[in-house]
Amino acid sequence: MTVAIDRATGKRRGDRAPRPGLGQRIRNGFQRYWYAYAMIAPVVIVLGVLVGYPLVRGFYLTLTDANSLNSARTIGVNHIDATYKFIGLDNYHDILFGPTAYDRFWSHFLWTVVWTVACVALHYSIGLGLALMLHQKLRGRTVYRLLLVLPWAVPTFVTVFSWRIMLADSGVLNQILGSLHLPQPEWLEDTFWQRFAAIMVNTWCGVPFMMLSLLGGLQSIDSTLYEAAEMDGASAWQRFRHVTLPGLRSVSSTVVLLGIIWTFNQFVIIFLLFGKNSAPDAQILVTWAYALGFGQQPRDFAQSAAYGVLLLSILTVFTSFYFRWLKRNDQLAV
Amino acid sequence: MSTPTLDKTETAPAPAPEPRRRARRRGERGPAGTALLHGGLVVASLIALAPVAWLCYLSLGPDKEDYLHPSGIAGKATFSNYSYVLEHTGFLDWFKSTMIVALGTTFIGVLVAATTGYAVSRMRFPGYKQLMWVLLLTQAFPIAILIVPMYEIFSELGLIDTYWSLILINCSTAVPYSAWLLKGYFDTIPFEIDEAGRVDGLSPFGTFFRLILPLARPGLAVAAFYNFITAVGEVAFATTFMLDDSKYTFAVGLQTFVSEHDAQWNYMAATAVLIAIPVTVFFYLVQKNLVTGLTAGGTKG
Repeated sequence: MTVAIDRATGKRRGDRAPRPGLGQRIRNGFQRYWYAYAMIAPVVIVLGVLVGYPLVRGFYLTLTDANSLNSARTIGVNHIDATYKFIGLDNYHDILFGPTAYDRFWSHFLWTVVWTVACVALHYSIGLGLALMLHQKLRGRTVYRLLLVLPWAVPTFVTVFSWRIMLADSGVLNQILGSLHLPQPEWLEDTFWQRFAAIMVNTWCGVPFMMLSLLGGLQSIDSTLYEAAEMDGASAWQRFRHVTLPGLRSVSSTVVLLGIIWTFNQFVIIFLLFGKNSAPDAQILVTWAYALGFGQQPRDFAQSAAYGVLLLSILTVFTSFYFRWLKRNDQLAV
Repeated sequence: MSTPTLDKTETAPAPAPEPRRRARRRGERGPAGTALLHGGLVVASLIALAPVAWLCYLSLGPDKEDYLHPSGIAGKATFSNYSYVLEHTGFLDWFKSTMIVALGTTFIGVLVAATTGYAVSRMRFPGYKQLMWVLLLTQAFPIAILIVPMYEIFSELGLIDTYWSLILINCSTAVPYSAWLLKGYFDTIPFEIDEAGRVDGLSPFGTFFRLILPLARPGLAVAAFYNFITAVGEVAFATTFMLDDSKYTFAVGLQTFVSEHDAQWNYMAATAVLIAIPVTVFFYLVQKNLVTGLTAGGTKG
């Protein structure tokens, strides 16, 4: 789309175009783009081989009854060929509407939605609060920032184990709660508390990213806007509501989308917090799909891949609606 | 400890805009406002610090049951866990595997992504929108959708339990992500530099390799660091594809201390600290550029 504009201005100005990529205008037709295509070729090829092909292959698997007993495998020197067969859309039908579909899919789906909404809401509100505090003129601001980034800096698989020690039955958290004569929940055994603990750990891990992004957004808001608002007698709340929030909108829409995608796909925290085979009710769809494919015998490859396809469809549909919604709002605002 | 205090950080934001109310000049506030701010930030910092500090503290306790009686550790603190981990576990093997996988991913990721980042930053071509959409979408892939077919394909190729399997699978996220990040960085390099190069007779490739690439070194470094950190932190594929315990990466190795039968929390804590220190240092070096790269790529896409 930009090309059309460039070309128009280019023609008006003669043969020297004001925008880069100016070779585009010298060559004609398809020749115009050959180096752009040459430059994107490595990524297109790599993605085609590493993502495209497995995706197609995975989609085909969902239409079969593949599991670890009938897939091609090599035991010692013997090679056994694959014997799984095509069964059409039965896997999807079974997952969505089959017997016990509620326990297998819908309960995990609901929990995944709750998990995503709760985590992103907490990430955003706490992140925004901390960003607002760090944005003030304050002694020791850099030290605070460095400390607050720590949960993001340390690898997640390390910190999750740390939480696991703290949340253990007689771990430090329960010892403290006990000394305060508060109830000591079984964080890693009881379903409700498992879910609570998972959200808590994920919130702890995810806030720094939101905080830093929003802090960047706050710093890019023109300070004269605040002065103007103050001259017009706007209260602190009005300044926050009508200057800060609109100023953060483009950053917010990006980080909220990233947050939703990341949280929806969050594998590490739940997988490591509860170990491989415990807490079936606290599994979100991603970890549940993994458990189907690799956490049991025989491994159910077909259903696991079908969950993957369903997950990707959910995310794709959500993302395109999100973009449409953003666009409409922008147009309304302008 | 963290449950009651966590609630505090949620309510803490309220005082932030408030201090400005009575101030004549912007940014001025009374002593009460300052105290509130410091209080909120100190509490939040403590929550951020506590789990990491606790891990460091536990790693000094010589006995695997010490986490149940943390007050006892202070009296008998020792570094024996660290020497045990370094001498009697697979730590050094894990270190080697992690380095091979992470450096391989970093190198291939940046190498492949660099030209594309430049192309999508400077040129508009048919298929541009679709490419950006694909780059964005591949970052949203749930691991569940790739792990099964990848496992099948790698079994057929005999790549299971090799470093290549992990490098390749990490590249499937590292490559689009690096391209995205680098696009954001190339956008900040003035277009006039390209034009000058073109006027002086360089081809588009010459412009890129001779002018832009040297200028983009900080951006390349950030992409490289980020690829490195994500490759080190990758859990799902490493757990599934690596079978031989001398080829485990850190993310898998750390899990071996905790099984259903036995949990050696003291060695786990010491290993975790040893892993966390270098990665954390790496992270702090690039942390600031990382956030701008992430959000800039997103908003302008």
